[in-house]
Amino acid sequence: MITTYAASALPAPGGRPDKRMTEDDVIARLSDGMTIGIGGWGSRRKPMSLVRAIARSELTDLTIVCYGGPEVGILSALGKVRRAVYGFVSLDSIPLEPHFRQARQQGTIEVTELDEGAFYLGLLAAAHRVPFYPTRAGLGSDMMLMNPDLATVTSPYPDAEGTHEELVAIPAFQLDASLIHMNRADAAGNGQFLGPDLYFDDLFAKAAATTYLSCEKVVPTGDLLHEGSLHTLKIPRLFVNGVVEAPRGAHFTECPPDYGRDEAFQRAYAATAKDPEAWLAFVERWLEAPSHEAYLDRLDAEGGDHG
Amino acid sequence: MVETIRDPATRDEVCAVAIAEAFRGDGEVLCNPIGTTPIIGGRLARATFEPAMVMTDAISVLAANPLAVGDDDAERLIEAWMPYRDVFDVVWSGRRHVVMGASQIDAHGNQNLAAIGDWQRPKAQLLGLRGAPGNLVNHATTYWVPNHSTRSFVPSVDVVSGPGYDRVAPLSTAIRRDHEIRRVVSNLAVMDFEAPEGAQDRPSAGGRAGPRRMRLRSIHPGVTVEEVVEATGFDLIVPDEVPESRLPTDEELRLIRDVLDPHGYRKAEFGG
Repeated sequence: MITTYAASALPAPGGRPDKRMTEDDVIARLSDGMTIGIGGWGSRRKPMSLVRAIARSELTDLTIVCYGGPEVGILSALGKVRRAVYGFVSLDSIPLEPHFRQARQQGTIEVTELDEGAFYLGLLAAAHRVPFYPTRAGLGSDMMLMNPDLATVTSPYPDAEGTHEELVAIPAFQLDASLIHMNRADAAGNGQFLGPDLYFDDLFAKAAATTYLSCEKVVPTGDLLHEGSLHTLKIPRLFVNGVVEAPRGAHFTECPPDYGRDEAFQRAYAATAKDPEAWLAFVERWLEAPSHEAYLDRLDAEGGDHG
Repeated sequence: MVETIRDPATRDEVCAVAIAEAFRGDGEVLCNPIGTTPIIGGRLARATFEPAMVMTDAISVLAANPLAVGDDDAERLIEAWMPYRDVFDVVWSGRRHVVMGASQIDAHGNQNLAAIGDWQRPKAQLLGLRGAPGNLVNHATTYWVPNHSTRSFVPSVDVVSGPGYDRVAPLSTAIRRDHEIRRVVSNLAVMDFEAPEGAQDRPSAGGRAGPRRMRLRSIHPGVTVEEVVEATGFDLIVPDEVPESRLPTDEELRLIRDVLDPHGYRKAEFGG
């Protein structure tokens, strides 16, 4: 017999938690000095409504851990970031994040820069609650010099020649919270990605003490399979503490299939790195919008192709 | 059959073919070129002499058909799903050959993509380490440097993103087996690290064979050996006979111009 998994009209049983909240509810659960993981990849499916909520909050002295995109540039330029831990910081169509470039060249943030694959192992180690995962990545390169706290381990097992291989021990990222953005979720926190890549969002959720998930749309549990196959349900509610419904919540980063990247907006954002007045205007208009709804109203008032 | 008379090959096309040649003999590996000219070169190799190679669409699938560079909407014949996490699994499996850029590269093949000046507070922040540290110790790497000069071919790089032969020499047997800088392709020439043992000697090493050093393999048509030596900030190994990089075949020119890069995006790296 072949079992197929299809959307079900069954009602969700009572007693399951309802984790819906607002961006500001999430901010109230974060505190100064926290280490925060941010899902997505470069300028792709970033939880931007939550990032903007941090931007307009009093939160400070944060360590942010991510495959970095505009959240690193924005939060660094606002002085929210003590340290950034990353595999890279890019806007994809603009290879280097310009506000991040500025923060690096002005020395305003501390950094832990890791090989892109090594970064994955820091998430994986945290998700699996082991102190580190070993890898070749970093041996011979200046990654070790740039991160003097990185240690190596010697394999307890001999190789074919009887020697014990030395490897880099990538330490588990200790994340106080993770923020991720999904295409769909139910109120209990089951998240669904509908685009071509989950990136590492499941690991961000599993690696952190608490995870807040924003999504384009909250749907009844039975509707989750209306838009994607079983294989898109990669974030079980076990690992989610709060659900924020935020349509266009990843703007200006891409969130396929719901919308692509707002390249014009991104170019305008990037240009503010070289123009302090334009940056102040950007902060006032976009980052200090009092809520995600207000942000969307301003976006709609601008007209043009905003998602 | 109608014969088409094509315009002669230009430098960008010679470079694409030189990159394609770097993949010759690779067989069924993930061919993973990064950048416009490398992507054209990789796709050209697969469309001609390396049909078994697998390639991503630069987004998230392995596509079996030849795609035009920069065309995100092209129809794809999808053979597998390859999200980013799986790319790292392929890196660590060793079944990959990457083409990366190098803002700086030295005689032993140490590559800098990360920063100019002191990395703690760089004069210029570049792309970063990216995947270079892991790539180099796991599988073959080729570098593409579109601006061959003493600013890019330097005696010593400011940050080592991808380790060269001297950095890898003290590492494990497994890493030394897997580490390979196949080629360095520039706008002027093709370099490799295939000089015979004796040629690795440097007077300063007292005649002992040291780690592998960069050798001039071929010069692109219209370039002289002297020009390449002038534009290189360290002593290149220059054999007595330096051949010219080969020209594209008619079929390769057709593929580059009509199929892989019909909009001529490759010209941008050559000031076009």
